[in-house]
Amino acid sequence: MKIRTRIVHSCLIVAFGVGMTAATGAQAAELEVLHWWTAGGEAKSAAELKKMLESKGHKWKDFAVAGGGGENAMTVLKSRVVSGNPPAAAQIKGPSIGEWGAEGVLSNLDEVAKAGGWDGLLPPVVSKVMKHGGHYVAVPVNVHRVNWMWANPEVFKKAGVEIPRTWDEFPAATEKIQKAGFVPVAHGGQPWQDFTVFESIALGVGGADFYRKALVELDQPTLKGPTMEKVFTTFATVRKYVDKDSANRVWNQATGMIINGKAAMQFMGDWAKGEFTSAGKVPGKDYVCVAAPGTAEAFTFNIDSLVMFEQSSGDVRKGQQDLANAVMSPAFQEVFNLNKGSIPARMNMNLDKFDDCAKLSARDFEAASKRGSLVPSIAHQMAVSAATAGAMQDVVTQFFNTPAMKPKEAADKLARAALTK
Amino acid sequence: MDLTAQRMTAAPESGAGTEAKPRLGDRIDAWLPKIVLAPTFVCALVFIYGYILWTAVLSLTPSRMLPKYEFAGLAQFEALFANERWWLALKNLALFGGTFVLVCLAVGLLLAILLDQKIRGEGLIRSIYLYPMALSFIVTGTAWKWILNPELGIERLLHDGGFENARFDWLIDPEMAIYTVVVAAVWQSSGFVMALFLAGLRGIDDSIIKAAQVDGASMPTIYRRIIIPSLRPVFFSSFMILTHIAVKSFDLVMALTNGGPGFSSDVPATFMYSFAFTRNQIGLGAASAMMMLMIVVAVIVPFMYSELRRPRHG
Repeated sequence: MKIRTRIVHSCLIVAFGVGMTAATGAQAAELEVLHWWTAGGEAKSAAELKKMLESKGHKWKDFAVAGGGGENAMTVLKSRVVSGNPPAAAQIKGPSIGEWGAEGVLSNLDEVAKAGGWDGLLPPVVSKVMKHGGHYVAVPVNVHRVNWMWANPEVFKKAGVEIPRTWDEFPAATEKIQKAGFVPVAHGGQPWQDFTVFESIALGVGGADFYRKALVELDQPTLKGPTMEKVFTTFATVRKYVDKDSANRVWNQATGMIINGKAAMQFMGDWAKGEFTSAGKVPGKDYVCVAAPGTAEAFTFNIDSLVMFEQSSGDVRKGQQDLANAVMSPAFQEVFNLNKGSIPARMNMNLDKFDDCAKLSARDFEAASKRGSLVPSIAHQMAVSAATAGAMQDVVTQFFNTPAMKPKEAADKLARAALTK
Repeated sequence: MDLTAQRMTAAPESGAGTEAKPRLGDRIDAWLPKIVLAPTFVCALVFIYGYILWTAVLSLTPSRMLPKYEFAGLAQFEALFANERWWLALKNLALFGGTFVLVCLAVGLLLAILLDQKIRGEGLIRSIYLYPMALSFIVTGTAWKWILNPELGIERLLHDGGFENARFDWLIDPEMAIYTVVVAAVWQSSGFVMALFLAGLRGIDDSIIKAAQVDGASMPTIYRRIIIPSLRPVFFSSFMILTHIAVKSFDLVMALTNGGPGFSSDVPATFMYSFAFTRNQIGLGAASAMMMLMIVVAVIVPFMYSELRRPRHG
């Protein structure tokens, strides 16, 4: 592995050498955008942004790094910034924005934000994520809701049960589904998927205030407390209703089990909708999207955003402002999110072209924002730093895969992991 | 090359250059290998030893997302050894490395001895056993992931074959998952070890065996007392190759179990990757990389020392 890292390093250095000569030789007004929107609908969305930017007279230089949910892109970005040659904009989200801000390499977007009235368009919880030290440094592209449950109504009908709305109803319903010969919960046994399910349970069992205290503010007594034990107990119940084939299954295969009627429900963010759509399924008829049990009034968000890096050329700075404006424009927010399955980050938009799931999501987004139950997703790196989230994810996935572990023990471990800096 | 060089130096110096000519040619001859090797040498120096050094420096810093050159002492190593997941990775490495090396050596030797019995179609069989080596670990891992999957692979086959209660679900059992990596790695590497042993067997002087037969030794005794001991150098090279495959194993684990279920089949290499690259803990990742280097050094150096000190034979 050391050898592999070394090879990666050396390749990166060679690549930067080439990249740098290319950059100095190119036109000044060229905007390089680092992103990992490379698959299907996402790529289409990125192309749309490119078109809008070019209509304003700037040149878009695509810097797409595919794979690993952005891990590869981040590795490349780090080396670019260290070598003093950051791209004009990069796809960065959550607390990482603050970590980059602390390095002092991000450019201030306050002017654009003020002119565009972003403070009025974005819920305060969201604009807080986009800021570092009180200044806007990032622009939100979309809002994914994580606490969804995707269900196949046909399977529920055959099993003769209603879709569970609370975690108390859950065991009875799943028991019947299992007896009817279906897999109750379609799940992929990967740490981030375990953590996604766990997060929805925490929100459903404990409510938004508990979630915020435990998983965002990392309050020690709450993490160790009886509610967290109950969350783990419920999590253990879900484990019973997952098929044994789930080890290392990727999330869209699990979605496939809902589509072809093998399984009843899946807990996954709204990127899963793309799988249903491309299989030609209609929401409300072939599949239903409902909030995970007990979370109808709350909303865990996962927001992609573009961050601008400090640039020396004035032309490029102008281009960055135009890019930020374009991203916040209703036209872009609509096209991008129609393709990606998410909803626009700005509120009060006309959603006629969106499907029912997206409309419900947007309605809940605004309601949750008013109610104070809009919370960042910890499993998708929106709530706490990568190191802390990673350590907590280790505990959650260990619990899920170790039936002998007691909920109390897991809660204590989770509290200890939350201390990771 | 030589000619033009001579002409170029000869022209301006005219008469006086008669003595310089052979000297320059010699000098080029002496320098040429060094010049040709220089780029490789510099690359090795920078990209291997340079980065080892850089990693060592990083492991002593509080680096998180980006490298940060402040001295933090051994704090990263303390954090590393307080991490439960790291201990599990070490335990898995010991289990995986130990079983993998032993089973590979045993299977390789057995196959080589069986193949050495002057059987028909040896070339074909040899190629078949050696062929897995031509695959990348990613392919091996993916194929075995399907074979070992309880609802697709062997367990399903047994159920369909009438053994309703057969169980073979190592892949989803946190206790056993690491052994699925052993199975796949042995499948891939034992053919190569076999080839090494086969070459060793062919190099043994027939007359020793004949002499032993004349003395009335049975075949098992000949193998046990003469042939296998004389394969010592082959054991040595196989051990070296297998050990470093075991320590740096990354792609096979990634493809087969992805460290799962949970992180139960994590090994130091996957640990290092996830901490350095996905969790913004470069310092901790560097510390774990240094520990991996030390493991390799600790295993291989004493072994190499004792082997290379012995008088060379055959």
